[in-house]
Amino acid sequence: MGLVDTVLPALAQVGLLVALLALAHRPFGAYMAAVYTTTRRGRVESAWYRATGVDPDVDQRWSSYLVSLLGFSCVSVLGLYALGRLQGALPLSLGLPGADPAGAWNFAVSFTTNTNWQWYSGESTAGHLLQMAGFTVQNFVSAAVGLAVAVALVRGFARSRGDGRIGNFWVDLTRGVTRILLPISFLAALVLMAGGVIQTFDPHTATTTLTGGTQHLLGGPVASQEAIKELGTNGGGFFNANSSHPFENPNAVTNLLEIFLLLLIPSALPRTFGLMVDDRRQGWAILGVMGGLWAALVLATTWAELAGAGSAPQAAGAAMEGKEVRFGLATSALFAASTTATSTGAVNSMHDSFTGAGGGTVLFAMLLGEVVPGGVGAGLYGMLMLAVVAVFLAGLMVGRTPEYLGKKIGQREITLVALYVLVTPSLVLVGTALSVVLAPGLDGIQEPGPHGLSEVMYAFASAANNNGSAFAGLSTGTPYYNILLGLAMLLGRFVPIALVLALAGRLAAQPSLPASAGTLPTHRPTFVALLGSTVLVVAGLTFIPALSLGPIAEALS
Amino acid sequence: MPSTTTTARGAVAFARHTLSGLQMLIAFTVVLGLLYPVAVTAVGQLAMPWQANGSLVRADGSRAEGREDGEVVGSLLMAQGFEGPEWFHPRPSAADYDTLASGGSNLGPESPELVAAIEERRASVAADNGVPVSAVPADAVTASSSGLDPHISPAYARLQVERVASARGLPVEQVEALVREHSAARALGVLGDPRVHVLSLNLELDALG
Repeated sequence: MGLVDTVLPALAQVGLLVALLALAHRPFGAYMAAVYTTTRRGRVESAWYRATGVDPDVDQRWSSYLVSLLGFSCVSVLGLYALGRLQGALPLSLGLPGADPAGAWNFAVSFTTNTNWQWYSGESTAGHLLQMAGFTVQNFVSAAVGLAVAVALVRGFARSRGDGRIGNFWVDLTRGVTRILLPISFLAALVLMAGGVIQTFDPHTATTTLTGGTQHLLGGPVASQEAIKELGTNGGGFFNANSSHPFENPNAVTNLLEIFLLLLIPSALPRTFGLMVDDRRQGWAILGVMGGLWAALVLATTWAELAGAGSAPQAAGAAMEGKEVRFGLATSALFAASTTATSTGAVNSMHDSFTGAGGGTVLFAMLLGEVVPGGVGAGLYGMLMLAVVAVFLAGLMVGRTPEYLGKKIGQREITLVALYVLVTPSLVLVGTALSVVLAPGLDGIQEPGPHGLSEVMYAFASAANNNGSAFAGLSTGTPYYNILLGLAMLLGRFVPIALVLALAGRLAAQPSLPASAGTLPTHRPTFVALLGSTVLVVAGLTFIPALSLGPIAEALS
Repeated sequence: MPSTTTTARGAVAFARHTLSGLQMLIAFTVVLGLLYPVAVTAVGQLAMPWQANGSLVRADGSRAEGREDGEVVGSLLMAQGFEGPEWFHPRPSAADYDTLASGGSNLGPESPELVAAIEERRASVAADNGVPVSAVPADAVTASSSGLDPHISPAYARLQVERVASARGLPVEQVEALVREHSAARALGVLGDPRVHVLSLNLELDALG
């Protein structure tokens, strides 16, 4: 690979992206903090609560907050399931039939949990109504749910009254959608459209090509969905090829905008956190860990794809299988590392065809627990849970009761965090193990050997971490995978959320302690290094045995 | 064990929250699922109908605002499967250039099937263009991610110039100039890869007769 014609542009585009995110960081982080702390309500917002039968003045305990969240998510799953099953009888279906029960269950859970795992091809399964009224709506609200949980946890740390109240779910949900996600999506949709992303209610109709062949002209409200798909770190493509489809991502500029959108909220939330706990240095420390590990993942993936090791890339001369020419190797790698590190799961290239090292790196990005910087909201609450682990470890070393942001981390608190850390690895490893011993699981594997194990493990890592990207060689549209991956997504989303809210409630019930001489400073480089190591050690110890049998074996063979 | 009254109270609370959830979901579906996409569509159809309708073109290369136009031969964003010596060929497509089946091969880096496909494509591209197999670039022998990649690398375009020129009886320099015209550098100097647009190049060749 040439230095000037490949490596320099590869690094420069990362620099350009980071510069754009840095510009947005402070004002946007402050804006989000204001959205979730202001008590002022406009007339429209008040009318919205009246119309939906919600009392916005109730400050909920964690259990009530959780019940609201689960009640909302429950009707979301049921509503999307019904839309999917009944598609054939509804307007704008493009003549497509309803989905089978296992398939509808899978996408209903998938979109409600912000995973957007897709067993189906959008263009041949979902009509315009299901895409808009089903998928687009869940893209917004599932992201707002993630934001709400993160904000509730931050309130647990920030509030010193000790009354155990963590906010109002309905207000947080409404504000996340209407003040953050909707305005930005609308603007981004216009820019994407100007770049060539389609936005029409036309059906897919046949036309005659230049050489007399037949090709279908595609229609669909794509730009409106594409914008929130990236901004909400959802990732469910309108079309099967997702963000590598020219109608979802027509050129390198729309591609940069899409990467920017998927990193925008997760990278600005540490600022929001710092402002809400009234100590901006705490936000910088969290951002430092997120940014450092994200940069390492981007560089590793880029290096692997540019180097192009492996039989097929060597035979072709470069790892261009499953990549688009308008993006090339480096821009595909930047997207891949960012989409897996943010729990988005959109793809602008096929991860299954990446080099062993590149595919292994993006798999590892998900196994880190989606915290660098992670999905909308989920990244921040995941990282704060790991920060509690880091504080606890440091406390053990010096023999003092650990505390974080003025709140004591006692036995109950650390139990909740430990359970949180165990949920997704259990789902990933149990799901993978079942699928490589049961016949219906083995049937889906496209390639034998280590790559087959990587395919299955990638699927469960993607589902349990609510990512949604795939090593798409695995045939997962079967009832076995639809039901099992649906369960992994459901448990991988709501069990951790319940534990986070329970912790938020316990923290909010404690009065804040003033920092003393024995308090571990959590804004210094030492803590940044400790937290970074905690992230790596927790994921590493859990997954390295399984990774050695999959991508590591493949990269070494 | 929670007492029955606690359980009952919990069930009532859940039902009440779920009812609020249902009302809010319906309201969100109206705003986000109908009003928002309709508003974006309205702006698109009024302000940038060509882009919003899929960058459609006629046989003479001119833009068609919508498919009702009648003379539409395709979208500038979608690859078409050109075959024969008189056309520039696109990249291999795992979807066979079918826009209703977008996607890649998803074959892994050690897949024997993929290695065999690459070798076969390499031999066939080399034979078609009368060049040694070592001259065939990577994008000519690999399937794209979407199966609808409208571009090829400048190297793959250069490889095809002589074949196309001789099949059409055009001077090589003229075809080379057309390739340059339909080439693009990296966006902003750093984003993506340099590329040549196959359909617009072939449209212009076709117009020459």
